[in-house]
Amino acid sequence: MLDNLLPIDPEVAARIEALDLEFNKFGIDPYGIDKSDLTRFVSAFAWIYRFYFKVDVFGLENVPPKGRAVLVGNHSGGVAIDGAMVMGSMLLDAEPPRLPHAMLDKFIHQFPGASQFMSRTGQFTGNPDQAKRLLNAGRLILAFPEGARGTAKLAKDADSLVDFGTGFMRLALETKSPIVPFGFVGGGEALPTIANLKRLGRLFGVPYVPVTKWGLLIPKPTRFQLLYGKPMVFEGTGHERDEVVAEKVDQVKERIADLIRQGRLLREKQISEEDLVL
Amino acid sequence: MTKVLITGIAGMIGRLTALNLLRRGYQVIGIDRRPWPEAPEEIELFQADVRKRPAEEVFRTHRPDAAIHMATVTHLVKQSPDRMRVNLYGTRAFIHHCQSYGVKQAVFVGRHTFYGAAADSPLYHTEDEPPMSTHSFPELADLVAADLYAASSLWRYPEITTAVLRIVYTLGPSKHGTLASFLRGPNVPLIMGFDPLFQFMHEQDAAEAIACALAHKLHGIYNLSGPTPVPLATIVRAAGRRPLPVPEAIFKLGLGRLGLPHLPAGAIDHLKYPIVVDSDPFRRATRFTYQFDERETINSFRTAR
Repeated sequence: MLDNLLPIDPEVAARIEALDLEFNKFGIDPYGIDKSDLTRFVSAFAWIYRFYFKVDVFGLENVPPKGRAVLVGNHSGGVAIDGAMVMGSMLLDAEPPRLPHAMLDKFIHQFPGASQFMSRTGQFTGNPDQAKRLLNAGRLILAFPEGARGTAKLAKDADSLVDFGTGFMRLALETKSPIVPFGFVGGGEALPTIANLKRLGRLFGVPYVPVTKWGLLIPKPTRFQLLYGKPMVFEGTGHERDEVVAEKVDQVKERIADLIRQGRLLREKQISEEDLVL
Repeated sequence: MTKVLITGIAGMIGRLTALNLLRRGYQVIGIDRRPWPEAPEEIELFQADVRKRPAEEVFRTHRPDAAIHMATVTHLVKQSPDRMRVNLYGTRAFIHHCQSYGVKQAVFVGRHTFYGAAADSPLYHTEDEPPMSTHSFPELADLVAADLYAASSLWRYPEITTAVLRIVYTLGPSKHGTLASFLRGPNVPLIMGFDPLFQFMHEQDAAEAIACALAHKLHGIYNLSGPTPVPLATIVRAAGRRPLPVPEAIFKLGLGRLGLPHLPAGAIDHLKYPIVVDSDPFRRATRFTYQFDERETINSFRTAR
């Protein structure tokens, strides 16, 4: 789709080659991921990931190198920079690289360009059927159980957690997938939102339009901390009563809160890498 | 020798299915309003409307063992006023005649567009999913209703082995079908910023799959597909056409003019979002495998004269 517009980074190309995906004669995987588009996008994104931002990633070894798993973590700023950085860490730092499938809010696929970009890189509207199918195919799912309420946190609340949805837990139970909790710190500094304009958002078909300290919706170059915790495996069928599932969700939420807390201490140099309990 | 009656036999898939069944050793008879002048002489043809008395007479006198219903109007380019009547009353007549004249096995050939296209629809629809497009694409409502109506014979007439097939777009040297018409011109207008996955199979493979459904006496609803899906713009380029992305607002205004296709507004969703079906149950039940992969299928269309 963007043939020849974006240059290919040979290192990125090797990493895309190493992904556990099956491409057909047109270089398309069964879920519509376009090998050539993905290589070009990730090549461009690698610059942002490595030089514009900087991400200190810890506990990458906690993400299974293959097979089904659900990455579950926090939103930490006005737009989902956190999601992009998780993608970056899995594609550009993890050995072997993996491509997470994020479960997107419905509004994203309604936008021209965004829809095309997301479709060709394996990013779908969050939908239990879709997620279950991908997990059963041994894919990696990325979920933010706070949803749009999570990105709507203002900068002052960036390290806190709002209510968690429970869909990810039922999905993990039903498909017997491990949950890998992660904490992400620094989004509030990159994009310090002071208000969200909901009415203006409705006009554009988005949940809200964030306003930053400097007005513009441009993040400043920032160093982030991203901590992956040990996989959590829960027993069950996914058809348990709500309170049973909620209790398991709380365990994950507490773990994520703990990872955020450690990430914050690390960021402020109050602890060092050796002190981390992932 | 098993006697099979095909309604809509003069259509492209009807013809290919008839020839396929002939090769497999079936005795084939057919009903269509349209003629099929170059049909092999082993095939007995009756030029009749499936809803009318002469068609019933064919069932009555020939007593087929099996019947395949393909007499549905599916093209959207020409809106014929009796399309809905053909599709619904035709399906009803077909099922009634099967029941009245001792047909043991019925196959209804429907479309995968049943599921509809939307921003939040999952890739790989399963047969239990409801049709989600009738409100946004009312022109497809009759096909959706015909599909559901045909499926009702699964419980209405359990003594008839009934298969309802939801088949993806077909493509091939005949240059017939929804996708082929869309790819007709040298420039193919697309909706800017969207590039849905399209699922298609070679027309020969489609006929083979329908014959497989018959041979394996399928009973139930089955999605039917060939190779893995391909983005629409990639198909356009592989077919030797030029993709011409047009902003959605202009596309809507210009439908039927400015060289844009004559499509109902609801079709725009089908150019923005994918309809992709899971056909694993069909493959497991019939061990069907396609002969033409995605590239060979497009090439056969591109190079046909």
